[in-house]
Amino acid sequence: MPTVHAVPDLAPALPEVILAVVAMALLMLGVFRGDGSTRTVSWLAVAAMAVAGFFVITGPSDGVVTFSGMFVVDRFAVFMKVLVLIGSALALVMSFGYLRDEGMERFEFPVLLVLATLGMLMMVSANDLMALYLGLELQSLALYVVAAFKRESLRSTEAGLKYFVLGALSSGMLLYGCSLIYGITGATDFAALSAALSGGGEVPIGLVIGLVFLVSGLAFKVSAVPFHMWTPDVYEGAPTPVTAFFAVAPKIAAVALFLRVMMSPFGGLVSQWQQIIVVVSIASMVLGAFAAIRQDNIKRLMAYSSIGHVGYALVGLAAGTAEGMRGTILYMTIYLVMNVGTFAVILNMKRAGAMVEGIHDLAGLARSRPLMALAMGIFMFSLAGIPPLAGFFAKLYVFLAAVNAELYALAVIGVLASVVGAFYYLRIIRIMYFDAPSEVFDAPVASEMRVILAAAAVFTLFFFAYPAPFLAGAEAAALALVR
Amino acid sequence: MLHVALVFAPLLGAVFAGLFGRVLGDGASRLIACGFMTVSALISIVVFHQVAIEHETVVIELMTWMDSEAFEVAWTLRFDELTAVMTLVVSVVSCLIHWYSIGYMAHDPHVPRFFAYLSLFTFAMLMLVTADNFVQMFFGWEGVGLCSYLLIGFWFDRPSANAAAIKAFVVNRVGDFGFALGIMAIFLVFESVDFATVFAAAPEVAGSSMVFLGREFDTLTVITLLLFVGAMGKSAQLGLHTWLPDAMEGPTPVSALIHAATMVTAGVFMVARCSPLFEYAPDTLMVITVVGASTAFFAATVGLVQNDIKRVIAYSTCSQLGYMFFAIGVSAYSAAIFHLMTHAFFKALLFLGAGSVIHAMADEQDMRRMGGIYTLMPLTYAIMWIGSLALAGIPFFAGFYSKDIILEAAYADGTGFGDYAFGLGIVAAFLTAFYSWRLLFMTFHGRVRAEPSVMARVHDAPKIMMIPLVLLSLGALFAGFVAYGAMVGEGSGFWGGSLFVLPENDTVAAAHHVPFWVKASPTVLAVAGIGVAWWFYIARPGIPPAIATMHRPIYVFLSRKWYFDELYDLAFVRPAKRIGHALWRGGDGRVIDGFGPDGVSAAVVRLAHRAARLQTGYVYHYAFAMLVGVVGFVSWFFYAIGG
Repeated sequence: MPTVHAVPDLAPALPEVILAVVAMALLMLGVFRGDGSTRTVSWLAVAAMAVAGFFVITGPSDGVVTFSGMFVVDRFAVFMKVLVLIGSALALVMSFGYLRDEGMERFEFPVLLVLATLGMLMMVSANDLMALYLGLELQSLALYVVAAFKRESLRSTEAGLKYFVLGALSSGMLLYGCSLIYGITGATDFAALSAALSGGGEVPIGLVIGLVFLVSGLAFKVSAVPFHMWTPDVYEGAPTPVTAFFAVAPKIAAVALFLRVMMSPFGGLVSQWQQIIVVVSIASMVLGAFAAIRQDNIKRLMAYSSIGHVGYALVGLAAGTAEGMRGTILYMTIYLVMNVGTFAVILNMKRAGAMVEGIHDLAGLARSRPLMALAMGIFMFSLAGIPPLAGFFAKLYVFLAAVNAELYALAVIGVLASVVGAFYYLRIIRIMYFDAPSEVFDAPVASEMRVILAAAAVFTLFFFAYPAPFLAGAEAAALALVR
Repeated sequence: MLHVALVFAPLLGAVFAGLFGRVLGDGASRLIACGFMTVSALISIVVFHQVAIEHETVVIELMTWMDSEAFEVAWTLRFDELTAVMTLVVSVVSCLIHWYSIGYMAHDPHVPRFFAYLSLFTFAMLMLVTADNFVQMFFGWEGVGLCSYLLIGFWFDRPSANAAAIKAFVVNRVGDFGFALGIMAIFLVFESVDFATVFAAAPEVAGSSMVFLGREFDTLTVITLLLFVGAMGKSAQLGLHTWLPDAMEGPTPVSALIHAATMVTAGVFMVARCSPLFEYAPDTLMVITVVGASTAFFAATVGLVQNDIKRVIAYSTCSQLGYMFFAIGVSAYSAAIFHLMTHAFFKALLFLGAGSVIHAMADEQDMRRMGGIYTLMPLTYAIMWIGSLALAGIPFFAGFYSKDIILEAAYADGTGFGDYAFGLGIVAAFLTAFYSWRLLFMTFHGRVRAEPSVMARVHDAPKIMMIPLVLLSLGALFAGFVAYGAMVGEGSGFWGGSLFVLPENDTVAAAHHVPFWVKASPTVLAVAGIGVAWWFYIARPGIPPAIATMHRPIYVFLSRKWYFDELYDLAFVRPAKRIGHALWRGGDGRVIDGFGPDGVSAAVVRLAHRAARLQTGYVYHYAFAMLVGVVGFVSWFFYAIGG
């Protein structure tokens, strides 16, 4: 019998509690001090994320549950939460300059990001269909708002609205799936579901249909084909720092949630859901590779790139093994770094005070900004998966897992898609290095950007030299998931 | 150790001159190459004494090369009597030519490269002759082929040299393919490629048959014919000879070393080495007799009308190789190797003498623009006389002994094929003497036909070139006289077990008991040839043009070299080019590129276009896509599980 508490044990959820309290406190601070306090609020938000990260790392990590079993903290949760917090904090730091220059310095922005991050942490730790939905919606509501944060921009508003409408549809599907699952099994708790489904025997068709709806909802959040359609429009329309944020933190949280839902309650149904994941993964890889070729807007291109990368990450999930989970977790780690670096460059594409987004605006960057071009080149090669850069190992581990799980077609298609995908990454390098220079970007590059750029580039370049700690962390996280 | 140094010293020279030539400079690299080569030559004399005189066969296993279950090959150096003769000839001639080249190539901008190739060639040739198994022999075989290719195309800025190099390479490929097939057949039949194993098992295999190209043939006949195809390519026998005259595009020392003295005789050596196989394949021996005799005759006739001084000697080489082969065909292996040795000396001498002339005449090779220079370069003139006398087989010069024993052996063979060879050989001997003196008279005598500016600078070659010539002329003078008794004399045990002749085939022994007219006729015809040449080119210079116009078809037929090049061009080169063109344009361009790279990239662009068009911007389209996705998955599961 689990111990019954009048007040739930809050210790495992300490980081979430901190973020929730800080979000409310910062909101108060902003309300009373006005927009002039945005800088303070922003830095405090970053600090709060750092503190939360500290407690995530030092806190329990051995599968502690609380809130009547709705909330779990295990090694997987710890690993993914750290990634989410890093992604959120970096995205927030990178947004400073942009918000200032675009006259968008409003204190709600950091507060919304903190709330979204809180939602993501909840998602990662969800151990119940209800908790899953709670975290997801908390995150999504904050994201809808930040997508439309540039209120006077038509595109930004349109992006926010599209995201909201389609997000609502996906939430509906997800809830419908949850209700079907509950209807069939009578449980929402992951542990109970897992116990109910591990008995073997005939799987009720209703449960499978519920699972399909649940997967569809989750696939929307990770922007996997065919639930990806919002991604290019939202990425392009949203303010660039928001796009950067979208590209990393929510994606990692959603993938983490995806992994947990598939492996924890429905781990016994691998043979059922594997087919969907394989189809979704292939479709994402292929569409991500082909559709990006004709994009001239770098943010749109990154949207398709992220669709493709989710496809690769799902290859590991499709394998359904600990090795596959490890591959996906590692993939998201490396994906985080590469994307943060790429968006750090994109956020510096500014000419005469105005942001530019065309990939031809990068022409001749190698001559005007050799170091920035070098960093961008490293990220592009890595995103394309060219050895010995980090992106290659990310792909290597998921493909290996797929091969070991005997999903040969998936691995082969994945490799072929990455060949096609290499085209547009290399095209950017060609433009940077071989095209006649266009006008120089505005100087100077903010110092926080320099640090982020350099760190991301060094990580991407030298990952191969010492991958052991990341491999070990991903391995431990994966083992927490696969029992 | 000594034996290893003999073979590997030239390799060291090649490595130093080749890899560090730029650092060392011209002077140092050629001295290093010549130094190592001299070491090798001196050792070869010691080894010759030990192996051939003391009859002490040495076998040194260096290391395992390939070891794959049934297939085992080791790097092994084998020195028996046959090898000792070959290493002596190769090392000494190569050494002299190395020194000669210092003078000849003095003004060339690529001296280190030249010496590197030359030394590398010598190493490969020594590997070939010291091989103890077929695969190692093939290594040396291909090595000399490669160096020959590199040296023919040494002056890479001349298109004709490049064309000649490629021609030599391609024609040799035909022969090498035969040789490789032969080796494979040997492994198939004998399950070994070691000489000792294969030769020991040859008598048992004799008479058995194997399936080749879907039909049944005598095993040893198939194997030996394939090996002989290889020998034909390397030794420029009729049919695969077309590369040799063109190979004269290389520097003259190369022609002397590779295309006269050593490499082209590799085929003769290989067949002699495999005498235990060929002896049990009488059909192959008949083929060899006919091909060799025909080559000897054919090349001599073409040599009559050539005007390029080096081409005349090249055809003469081709012709003399024919002699060696029909000697082998009548089982006179020792006579063939004997002729190989004497030929190496006097033919290298002739080439180097011609080189001196060319050098003196400002790189002129056409004899029609020479003449009247014998007083200006007396030493060269004397040397050319010695070489020509030896070549023509005038008594007591080297060629006299070796050519006569070959012709006598052919007569003693007593078969129709032997008589065919004897007849053509006698005629070729007459022709040889004629074209040799035609060369001498056209080059050195008669009216001066060169520019005065050229004539002003005609002189004997410098000492560095003359000393090797003098040493070689000693070989041309005395090699036959000295070695006759040992190599082909009656009851001589010189060859030990290195050459194998069935008792009933021993034509060399029988050659000593032929009628006197047989022994005398080559000499008589050679003297007659000299006389006719004197009559045509000194006494009555108007006769040759008159004959040429009178019998124009014959003259053109000969000067077009029996139309072999034209025939091959029509039969092989042009169809191959046409096929190549068709495959390139149609096969590669349309099919491979069209459906491969170009087709795929075009398809990618099309797909990319369509994929981008999916993104309409309308929310309801997006929502529709999501719903279609869900419905699709749900239907899939209804179908898969429910159905």
